[in-house]
This record gives sequence, C-alpha cells and structure tokens, in this order.
Amino acid sequence: MELEGNSEPTILEMRSITKEFPGVKALDEVSLTVKVGEIHAICGENGAGKSTLMKVLSGVYPFGTYAGDIVYQGKTVKFRDIKQSEADGIVIIHQELALIPLLSITENLFLGNEPTKRGVIDWVSAQKMARDLLARVGLSDDPDTLIKDIGVGKQQLVEIAKALHKSVKLLILDEPTAALNESDSQHLLDLLRGLKGRGITSIIISHKLNEIEAIADEITIIRDGKAIETLNVRDDGVDEDRIIRGMVGRTLENRFPPRIGDVGEVLFEVKNWNVRHPLVADRMVVKNSSFTVRRGEVVGFAGLMGAGRTELAMSIFGRSYGVFQSGALFKDGKEIKVTNVQDAIDNGIAYVSEDRKALGLNLLDDIKRSVVSAKLSKISKGSVVDKVEEYQASERYRKSLRIKTPTVYEGVNKLSGGNQQKVVLAKWMFTDPDILILDEPTRGIDVGAKTEIYGIIRDLAAQGKGVIMISSELPELLGVSDRIYTIFEGAITNEMSADEADPETLMKSMTSTEKRAPKL
Amino acid sequence: MSETATRAPEKSGGIRELRKLFAGGGRQYGILGALVFIIVFFQIFTDGKTLDPINLINLINGNAYVLVLAIGMVMVIVAGHIDLSVGSVAAFVGIVVAQVMKGLSFPGLPEGMSSFLTVFIGIIVGLIIGALVGAWQGWWVAYVGVPAFIVTLAGMLLFRGANQFVGNSTSIPVPQEFKFIGGGFLNDFGPDFGFSNPTLILGALVVVAVIWQERRSRVAQRKMGADIAPLWVSIVRLVVVLAVVVGATLLFATGRVGTSFPIAGIILGVLVLGYSFLTNNTTIGRHIFAVGGNWRAAELSGVNIRKVNFFVMANMSVIAALAGMIWIARSAASGPGDGVGWELDAISAVFIGGAAVSGGIGTVAGSIIGGLVIAVLNNGLQLLSVGADRVQMIKGLVLLIAVGVDVYSKRQGRPSIIGLLTRKRGGELDVSPGAKPAGTQTPTPSAGGAEETVRPPDQQPRG
Ligand SMILES: Nc1ncnc2c1ncn2[C@@H]1O[C@H](COP(=O)(O)OP(=O)(O)OP(=O)(O)O)[C@@H](O)[C@H]1O
Ligand SMILES: [Mg+2]
Repeated sequence: MELEGNSEPTILEMRSITKEFPGVKALDEVSLTVKVGEIHAICGENGAGKSTLMKVLSGVYPFGTYAGDIVYQGKTVKFRDIKQSEADGIVIIHQELALIPLLSITENLFLGNEPTKRGVIDWVSAQKMARDLLARVGLSDDPDTLIKDIGVGKQQLVEIAKALHKSVKLLILDEPTAALNESDSQHLLDLLRGLKGRGITSIIISHKLNEIEAIADEITIIRDGKAIETLNVRDDGVDEDRIIRGMVGRTLENRFPPRIGDVGEVLFEVKNWNVRHPLVADRMVVKNSSFTVRRGEVVGFAGLMGAGRTELAMSIFGRSYGVFQSGALFKDGKEIKVTNVQDAIDNGIAYVSEDRKALGLNLLDDIKRSVVSAKLSKISKGSVVDKVEEYQASERYRKSLRIKTPTVYEGVNKLSGGNQQKVVLAKWMFTDPDILILDEPTRGIDVGAKTEIYGIIRDLAAQGKGVIMISSELPELLGVSDRIYTIFEGAITNEMSADEADPETLMKSMTSTEKRAPKL
Repeated sequence: MSETATRAPEKSGGIRELRKLFAGGGRQYGILGALVFIIVFFQIFTDGKTLDPINLINLINGNAYVLVLAIGMVMVIVAGHIDLSVGSVAAFVGIVVAQVMKGLSFPGLPEGMSSFLTVFIGIIVGLIIGALVGAWQGWWVAYVGVPAFIVTLAGMLLFRGANQFVGNSTSIPVPQEFKFIGGGFLNDFGPDFGFSNPTLILGALVVVAVIWQERRSRVAQRKMGADIAPLWVSIVRLVVVLAVVVGATLLFATGRVGTSFPIAGIILGVLVLGYSFLTNNTTIGRHIFAVGGNWRAAELSGVNIRKVNFFVMANMSVIAALAGMIWIARSAASGPGDGVGWELDAISAVFIGGAAVSGGIGTVAGSIIGGLVIAVLNNGLQLLSVGADRVQMIKGLVLLIAVGVDVYSKRQGRPSIIGLLTRKRGGELDVSPGAKPAGTQTPTPSAGGAEETVRPPDQQPRG
C-alpha cells in the first residue's frame, strides 16, 4: 500500500506512532512515509489526530511522551522540543498562527533568531534579510508594518518566510488556508509549488479537499487515530470523492441537504444600518445597509475579507463592534431595541463568531459549562445554576451534534478544532434563537461535519427560524442559502436568489461598488 | 462517522479508582496534602503544641481576618484583577467603626440594650463604609477602565492616610461587647461533660452536612450519567473527612473552660459556605469565571463585564471591612498600623491555593487551604521561637515553591501533586496552542481592566 517498488528517497518515516492523552488514544500505531521533495497531504475528520501527529513530529510533544520511531533523513530522531526539530530543518506552522500582533514583520521574522553584531541586534541587515525573505514568498509589504495591520493571508506568508529563514527542509502546514479567501489560498498554494521546485518537502493538513486534490502528490488518510491508507494522487486517480470515502469510510451522497420547508413572511429586517470604525472617526465600516430575512430562509452573505460582513453582523448583535451611527432593526414587523448583547439574546438573535478561540469560547471551561454559557437563565432557578440540567442539556447537544469527546466534562481546549466549533454552535443553539447569524460556521471543519452542519442549518430554517450565513466559500453559500447578498467595502451591492446566482456574478458584485437595483 | 467517541486507553483499575477518590478537587488535594504535612511536621517538632486546643483556638482567632480576605481576593483574582488596598481599607473601616462606637451613648436605655445597639450600629456602619469604598474602587475599575492594580495602589495610600486622619494617628479602643466577634466564644450551656457543648453541637451539624452532601452528590452523579465512583470510594472519603471533623470538634471542645469554637471561626465558616456556593452554583459566579477566562467571549455571550468587575471589587472592600472589624475586635483597639501587609498575605493564600495569575482559575476552598498553610506556618514557627526575619524568608519561599510545583505539574499535564506522585514516567506535555499556560505568564495582575473599554485594534473582526 505504501511504496510501490519505486525507490524514491524518503525524507521522513514515522513508524507505529502511538500517542495517548488521559482518556483518549489520539494516535494508534500510525505510520507515515514522506518522499523527498513531495507535497504530502494528511486528511481526516476533526479529531482524527492529524494535528497531534504533526506535533509529535515537530517535538511539541517531546520524545518519551509517545511510542514509536521517527526516522528523518535516515536517522532516528528524538526531539525534545521544537528548537531541536527546527535545527534539523523541520518547521511547523500551527493551526493557530503564532505571530505577535504588535510587533513588525521584521521583528516577527527574526523572533528568537535575531541577527546580531557583537551581541546587539543588527536591524540594518535584519531589514535587508526581511525584504529578501518577503520577496521569496511574494510579499511586497514594508517590513516595518505591524503584523496586526496585515491580513491573515499575508500573515500566513510571513509565517512561511519565517520558516524559510530557518532553512526549512520539511515544512508542515496545519490548515494553512482555513482562514484565507480563495485568491489568498491560491497564492499560498502556488508558493508551495514553488518551494517544491526548490526541493522543499511539505506536509499539509487541510479540510479543503479541492485544494488537496490540486496540490498534493500523496495523501495519507487518518481515521480515528489510525492511518487508513496512503494514496498517490496521479497514479490512483484520486478525486475528492475518493478522499472522502477514505476519511469517513463510506461515500457521502449529498454534500448539501435539500431545501425543505417553505419560506415564510419577513422575520427580521435591518434598515439603513450605519456603523463607524471604533477608532477611526471618519471611516464607515457599514454603509447604509438594509436587508431582510424571512422565516425558514437561509440568507447568505458573500464578500471578500475585510468587506464588512463580520462588522455588519457584530454591530447588529448588540452593537458589539464599532460605533453605531444610525439604523433600525425590525422583528416580525415591530422595531426592536438592541443596544447590547443581552438585548440581542433576549430578542432571539444569536451570533456564532468566526474566531472561536478568541471570541467564542472560554478555553478554561469544560464542554458543559460552555454550552450553557450564553443563556444560563434557561437552566437556573433564580440565579442558582441547576447542574443536572446543565449536564443534560450539554449531553443532548453532544449527541445531536456528534461532538467527539469522551464526556462533556472535558475541557474545550482539549477538543480538536472542528469539535470546538460544534461546541460554539451548540452554545448558540441552546439560546433558542429565532435569528441565527453564523460567521464562517465551517471554518476548519471536515467534510462530514460540514454536511452535518449544513443539515443543522437547514433544520433550523425548516423550524421557521431565519439563518444568516457569512462565508468565504462560494460553493457553500450557493449550496445552502436561499438568497445571497453581496457586500463590498461596507455596502450591500447586490441581492440574488441562490438559483440565479453563480460564482462569477457573485464575484463581480463582491468586487465592485456599482449597485444594481435590487430585485423583488 | 464513528458513533463511539471514546478511545479510552486501558489503565490499571486501582489507580483510576484512587484518582476518583480525589476527583473534582484536582489541585486542591495537592495543597491539602501540603497542609497536612506542615501540621504533622510542627506537631512533631513542637512536641504536640501545634494541635493543642488552646493553640488551635488562637490560630483561628489570630488568622480569621486573612482567611476572610482570601475569600474576596480569590474572586478578584479569578476575574483577572488584584486588590492591593485591602489592608488600608480594613484599617480605615476599623478606625471609623471604633470612633463611631466611642461616640455613641444611649442614656435612656438599660445597659445591655445600649451596648447591643452600639455594637450593632458599629457593624452596620462598618459594612456600609466598606460598600462605599468598594463602590468607589469598583467604579474606577469597571466604568473608567483604570486597571485594578493602579486603582487599589491609590486606594492603599488613600485609605491608609484616611485611617491616620480619622484617628489622629493614635489608637482608639473598642467597647468590651464588640470584642465578641473577634475573640469571643459561644456560651456554654447544658450539662458538663468536660466538653464545650455548643462546639459538640456544631461538630454534629457539620457531620450531618458532610454526609448529606456526599449522598446528594452521588444522586446528582447518577442523574448526570457520570461514571459513578464505587461505593467504597465514597465511604473511604467520608471516613477520612468525618475523622478530621470529629477530631477537630473534640480538640476545639476541650479548650480552656469557657471557650468553644471561636465566633470568628463561625463567621469564617459561614462566609466560606456562602461564597463557595456563589462561585460554584450561581450565575454571577459563572460570570466571574467567564470574564477572567476570556472577557471578549464573555461579552459576546451577554455577560455584563462592567457589572461583574464592579461587583468583585466592591465585594472585596466589604469583605475587607469585615476583616478590619474582626481584627479590631480581637486586638481591642483600632490603630494606625492595622492591616499593614495584609494584602500580601491574602494574595499569597490565593495563589498557594491554586489560582492562576492570569485569571479564570481559582477556588474559595483552595484559597482557604492556602491561607491555613500560611497560618500554620506562622504559628508553628512562632512556637519554635523562630524570629520574624526568618519567618518572612520561609513564607516567601513557601509561596514560590507552592506556585512553582503547581506550574510544573500543570506543564506535565497533571493537575495536582497527587497526580505528580502517581505519575509513572514522562507525562504528557500540554502545550497545545489552546491550553492556557496558567501561572506561567508574566504577572500582569491588572490585565483586563483597561482593555475592557476599548477593543484592542488587533481584535477587530476581519470579514
Ligand atoms: N492536549 C490534549 N489533551 C487531551 N486530548 C487531546 C489533546 N489534544 C488533542 N486531544 C484529542 O486527541 C484527538 C486528536 O486531536 P487532533 O487535534 O490531533 O485532531 P485533528 O485531526 O487535528 O482535528 P481537526 O481537524 O479538528 O483540527 C482528539 O480526540 C482530541 O480531543
Ligand atoms: Mg487539527
């Protein structure tokens, strides 16, 4: 199943790696062989053990905390920390970026590796090297720019530049494109191909199977902590469906659930919504936006990164972003007053943030406390929390959303990314919202779970709720929504029903201000 | 998609069961072990003087104020703040209360009635002043957004000065009847068995409560479908706890004639129960942990962050007022030097008790145990006539080592010292990016305060 006779040299061989956490066997005798100069993809459902395997490889989990051998460049290696693996040319870029927002690109590039002259940091040569490194990843930004001022796409490239500086031989990318839009993702993939041309081997983890199909030479599939198979993309004629079959053990029929139930009368309406940037007084982030959501309807919002989708959603959700200027909200035809998050929740509005770690969860909490945290009153008598009800409620969601965890007593920081997302979703479903705003609800989520989440979204709609879905993935928007609005530079530029929309028309409205007269 | 979520590795049953014995407390059992160790150590080296009833009563009376402060402080620290002003606030409230009571007289009333009124009014005035001071500090922290570190540093100076201003830098005595709350005992009654009857009754109440609680938790566990610890684990735990309770009851009941479990201890016990309930079982308790754990997520979950911050700061000052009154009652007078350094004892107690410097983690029970560690240490070293200089050095080291062990064992992925002992070989490293390296960060005790009003630019949404 692995090497088919041809003796291409291998750079890495992980043999029978087993890694246990208290109560969970995250990896069970996983073996992985990576050839020199290839792009090797690792696919698997959320919680399959992909990130764990890479953390074992890079020394995040040091030698001795796992069983099995790692043979790298012909030698058995026993990394005790990341420094050691980096010294050997293995660089991992984690699922969560590790750049420091308030430092400049240069400072981040050389953090822990500062070029010095007689013990003093040599900023002049640092600048020059920084420019070179940035050029190699196709960035032309000023190296003095602060990290917080560049988009995620560029931050990802800075991470890669940082790896190049460490003379990387084996580059590990854990879901590098999860937070990127399509063009940024494309750029990153092109860059990986370029690195491959220069002999750098990459291991990439991603849930975006179309990207994997396009870029990977080989794919290893992990399911429930076990390596299932390794596919050669060209020889085995691998396509998305083949990968999915490996990941979930069966074929997925319909990726997008059918639209059942009728779209009813207008449930929620936003009129002439204007919001200012929180710090810059003359910058409007939401400009005179109006839209409606009907009962039983899924309304998609398409737009590029920074177009103002999240700003719009958060400002509606209890003015939790920016400075409110003007506008009105109507529910069932009556104006509602929503000046803080509590008002929003009381009025049946829920907002699932795009950034689950920073805005969605308290990572110190366990699952059950997280699930009930947005509506404690529902399980409290007076102000005393009923812990049995808390358990039962969270247990219900654990089952219905299939959150992969031994018990709801587990800390949310121990869950894999996709399962954390399900916890956030459960947390907001628990508030019994009428209007559910989902901001990139499937970011970092595996295909199987995505389909489940689409199913949940359609179910909620079928129950007569209104769902607003913000997404950077056009196929998902087209597949799930009933109607789609496009946003460009803070203003709604177009509105179309999902049937008449296609990626090209959407893209056009997402990138230009010219406003077509809205239909209906 | 597999239905079974668990891939539990087999583990020898014995250790797992043993763990259940200590389940739920995690870190606290480690520090509890340390407390027991210290007590046994001093009991041996002081030739039994440590667990002498009279010494124990003194220990409770002499440290009640720190333990009371620790209760408020743990909530402040869990919310991500710190309060440096508690000593000064306590001293300020103490002097005002002493002054007020000195000035009160009720000529028309009988003796007993008049002194009762004096004490009653004194206590009410003290609590009100505590609340006002707390509202003042809470307002600065929660609504203006000045970090608590700064607000309470200012408060430390402000109320220390106010104490000296009100008292003219001299001591003011308190009436005889007021001493009850700081150094008083329950009145004995009934037949004389050679034990203090009220203490025995108190002990019996605690025994009943402990059994009832254990039963209740088993019932709840069953309802919650959790894998219930085997009955013998419950029984072993009950036997251990009850042995301690009964032993302590008998000790306290055999003190000098006329003494019982001290009033200050009873006040403390009530506060511990009340605030444990508040932090564990109420919505405001949840909100405090939520704000300390991730205030931005809390805000987006509808938690009123300002209210929470205001509450913890205001509450702390009320508790400081109480501690100040307990203190002047015990020392029979309020003076300009009262409360110096109390904030440090209270903060140490909380951190020894397992709270995280970065907020979000901490328990009332743990902090009390941490406070007892300091108290027993103080007391034992005094009994061994170790000088104050060396006592300070030892206390400093104990704080450092306790938190050091905590940080180390957390880095090993184990929550407690017990875990450390039962560990076989190299433990797991929990450095997944999500795991909060609690306690390993640079101490920025004031974090949160200022940030909460302005969303930092790097936290703006991107979409
Ligand atoms: N520090 C930890 N402590 C306990 N369990 C953990 C820890 N880290 C991961 N796990 C568990 O190990 C399993 C594998 O997790 P891992 O993060 O490797 O999944 P993944 O394949 O990367 O998933 P995703 O696609 O969602 O990122 C999961 O069941 C997870 O709950
Ligand atoms: Mg992962």
